[in-house]
Amino acid sequence: MLEIKNLHVQLEEEDKQILKGVDLTVEAGKVHAIMGPNGSGKSTLSYVLSGRDGYDVTEGSATLNGEDLLEMEPEERAAAGIFLAFQYPVEIPGVGNMTFLRTAVNAQRKARGEEELSAADFLKEVRAKAKTLKIDADMLKRPVNVGFSGGEKKRNEILQMAMLEPKMCIMDETDSGLDVDAMKLVAEGVNALRDEGRGFLVITHYQRLLDHIKPDVVHIMADGRIVKTGGPELALEVENNGYADILAEVN
Amino acid sequence: MALPEVKQSATEARLSALTMPDAGCTRAAREDALARVLETGLPGRRDEYWKYTQPDTLVSPDAIPAAVFSDDEPLMFSELDRLSIVFVDGVFNAEESDDLTMEGVTIDRLEDICCKDIHWAKDLYGVLETRGQSPVQRPLAALNTAFASDGVAIHVTGKPTKPINLIYRHASPTSDAILHHVVRVESGAEATILETGPAASRFNKCTEIDIADKGTLHHVRAQGRDHERRAATHMFTRLGTESVYKSFTLTVNGVLTRNEQIVELTGDDAVAHVAGACVGDGDFHHDDTVFVTHDAVNCESRQVFKKVLRNGATGVFQGKILVKQGAQKTDGYQISQSLLLDDDSQFLAKPELEIYADDVACSHGSTSGAIDETALFYLRSRGVPTKDATNMLTLAFLAEAVDEIEDSALAEEIVSRLEGWLARRS
Repeated sequence: MLEIKNLHVQLEEEDKQILKGVDLTVEAGKVHAIMGPNGSGKSTLSYVLSGRDGYDVTEGSATLNGEDLLEMEPEERAAAGIFLAFQYPVEIPGVGNMTFLRTAVNAQRKARGEEELSAADFLKEVRAKAKTLKIDADMLKRPVNVGFSGGEKKRNEILQMAMLEPKMCIMDETDSGLDVDAMKLVAEGVNALRDEGRGFLVITHYQRLLDHIKPDVVHIMADGRIVKTGGPELALEVENNGYADILAEVN
Repeated sequence: MALPEVKQSATEARLSALTMPDAGCTRAAREDALARVLETGLPGRRDEYWKYTQPDTLVSPDAIPAAVFSDDEPLMFSELDRLSIVFVDGVFNAEESDDLTMEGVTIDRLEDICCKDIHWAKDLYGVLETRGQSPVQRPLAALNTAFASDGVAIHVTGKPTKPINLIYRHASPTSDAILHHVVRVESGAEATILETGPAASRFNKCTEIDIADKGTLHHVRAQGRDHERRAATHMFTRLGTESVYKSFTLTVNGVLTRNEQIVELTGDDAVAHVAGACVGDGDFHHDDTVFVTHDAVNCESRQVFKKVLRNGATGVFQGKILVKQGAQKTDGYQISQSLLLDDDSQFLAKPELEIYADDVACSHGSTSGAIDETALFYLRSRGVPTKDATNMLTLAFLAEAVDEIEDSALAEEIVSRLEGWLARRS
């Protein structure tokens, strides 16, 4: 599904190489986790895949079901099935959460040549999905993420994911700023979306999120590359021994 | 002191093109106003108060012709149940207007007042305008008082069920209208006044509003989309104890618009909110000049002005809160912000606070910026195309000003017009 080959990326503003040849394939139905120390390039990878400005791809490719992602605008990537759950969801004063969700859902349907969702159908769907994430009516009415707690923001990301039904979900440190209960709620939301047709790329610092969202494959990223790939046991190894041993081993 | 020669001759040239109407009971006020114009002269380029806005075309003897704008959408508030008062090129049109009788309010034409020797409006006409000439001179308002050829006197004595809609229609490409309205809201009375439509090629409008104790006036105005108009408007409002004044102006297009709001809180516990949202593209110049004076205890004032500017458009905000000695427990707030959609547009702001009381809470803020790139990316990453995302963020930017309108139906109509404007330009 998601195929990244030899991806080299540098910052547009300064001549600094962040990704130095990332190779990664995420198959449909699988959950891949990326762990790694600070500054290893994990977040950059998520931004480059979703199309954020400020990065130059100098070499390599990234495709989703064979389509070249790097040639697409962010909104085209979204319509093609990429979804990024932000580490820091953005507050947008003046735009109602519900309006935002409905605009996004219908923009994607329109881009794919599908019929737009009627107001009634949308409302029904969003209410049902919000309920399972314990998002109340008030949160739906309020401006996007404005005045939301850390946990509410992350739940709101998962709600968007649930409504947009992407093919490839990229989650950038979704566990940051969450207490145990909020993390469980978020994980349940994610697990409910696990599906044969959908891939997940979960970026995290800590193993604890992976207790709740069980990965099929775990990658360790360091200095702009995937340096080691293994099963869920790799995450436990990191949790117990830190990155030092693994990094020493691959160097 | 003699006026500078340039100003003297410009003022004389303008005055020579005007005739004072047969004035009846407003004669004294008109002659007094004329004397003030002669004394101060009309605004010139070198006046500090006109530093950001060129007054030349507003004071020239003749109006610059403006094409009559034909709109493809109905005039705002057309769907509302309202009492319509129509002015065509600044002249009251009885045929297009409704019957002016309504419970809770008496409405007279300025012309009818001028024929009378005694009328309540006599005690208001030119009075608030005169008060508003200090500490800053407003010669265009004095000119208006002296030469206004039409207008209405609205006396609110109860709670009329329908809003009063002053509807302006532009018919002649050379029209040059001077209108003067006076509004008196009696104690405990409440009304809504709406203003809509392109008035004339050049429009000088002055409104004096006197709100008695516990009176309430809502004012919602929509200017546009006639692009070629040149307008200078003044609204002078005096508030009594526990009275409320809420005014919102939407401005869409316009080669030159200067809206002045002069508000005086003279009774304790009064509330005054003035707000505006404007959108301009290209050869657009919009100036909001606001002067709020707190002269009583425990009053609240809010100024919320938002401007969206593109393709070289210019926005101006000059806003002042003056808190007089003894006006304790004043709560004054002022925000002026512009959203510049490109590098060619500019926003010129002069926020001022002048406070002579020691127990007050006053704040002001002024910002100028582009679309928030992070928010734009967030929306796009959810599949919203750049154009739609930009429009969403633009409307969101204006929302704080639109939110000042209490009536949700009016606010929705304002928002839909803004959406239309954005859609046409995307």
